[in-house]
Amino acid sequence: MAKLSISDLKKIKEKVHSDTALREGGQRAKITVHMGTCGIAAGARPVMDSLMSEIAEAGVADVIVTTSGCAGMCSKEPMVTVEILGQQPIIYGNIDANKMRQIFKRHVLQGEVQTMFAIARG
Amino acid sequence: MLELSLHILDIVENSTRAGATTVYITVVEDNARDILSIEVRDNGSGMSEDIVAKVLDPFYTTKTVRKVGLGLPMIAQAAERTEGNFTLESKGGEGTRVAAEFKFSHIDRQPLGDIISTLITLIAGNMDVDFIYRHQHNNRVFILDTREVKKEIEGVPINHVEVLQFLRQHIQEGLEEIGAEA
Repeated sequence: MAKLSISDLKKIKEKVHSDTALREGGQRAKITVHMGTCGIAAGARPVMDSLMSEIAEAGVADVIVTTSGCAGMCSKEPMVTVEILGQQPIIYGNIDANKMRQIFKRHVLQGEVQTMFAIARG
Repeated sequence: MLELSLHILDIVENSTRAGATTVYITVVEDNARDILSIEVRDNGSGMSEDIVAKVLDPFYTTKTVRKVGLGLPMIAQAAERTEGNFTLESKGGEGTRVAAEFKFSHIDRQPLGDIISTLITLIAGNMDVDFIYRHQHNNRVFILDTREVKKEIEGVPINHVEVLQFLRQHIQEGLEEIGAEA
C-alpha cells in the first residue's frame, strides 16, 4: 500500500467539510473513558480502542470521545461515562472491550441504557 | 501495567491534567548501547521541590479522591528492575520532564507494547493539547507532530474519526519504516 501523505489529510478535510455541511450541527453524545492510573492498569486503553473502532464502523461523526482522570472508585475501573445530549449521564463500571461495544450500539445509538453494567447516574 | 506504552499513557495524562498545552514524547532504541529510553517533557504547571521529593512514594498523591498515587513509582520501578534509571525534573510554573532508561536486552524489560493506541487515545482525549512524538531507532527517526496535522486539516477537529484512522495508519507505517522493534 502506498505511503500516506499530507494530501490524504487534505482529502479527509474536504470530505469532512462536505459531510458537515449536509448535517444540521450539534453533538449527539459525549463518551468519557476514565484514564487514571487505575483505569489504565485495569484495561481502559483496549476499551478506548474498541469504542473508536465502533464509532468508525457506525460512521457517526457527532459523538465526542474524551478521557478523564480517576474518580475515586478504582475498584470499578475501567469506567465509562455516557452522556446523551439532554439526558442524565450514566456511569458504567467494570467495562471491557465487548461491553463497550454493547453500550455503544444499544445506549449511544439506540438510546437503551444498559442497566446491567451501570453503576451510577451522573 | 505490563507495557511501557501504558506507563507513557499514564504519565502523559499527568501532563495534560497539569494543564500542559505541548507535550514532547520521545522513545529511543539504541542497540549499540543496549538502551531503550523514554522521555516525556511538558509545559504544564510543574511541581515544587518538596513535591518532587515525594512523588516517588507510592502513597503520595495530589488527588483527594483516593489515598495512593502509584503512577510514577511504577515506571521508576520498571526501569530500575532492568538496571536502568529514572529521572524527574520539575519546576513550578515551567513544566516537568520525566525520563526512564531501560536495558534493552534485560529479561525484565517490559515490551513497549501498543504505542499507537497510546498516542491515539491521548490525541482523541485531549484535542487541545499538542503532542510531538519522536521515535528513534538507531539512526532512523519517525516524528509525529500534531501541530502540523492540525494545520493541514484546518477546521476539522483532530479527534474526528477519519483523522484518527489516518493517524493510526500513519504512525504504523512510520514505525515500520524505521524498523522499530521494542
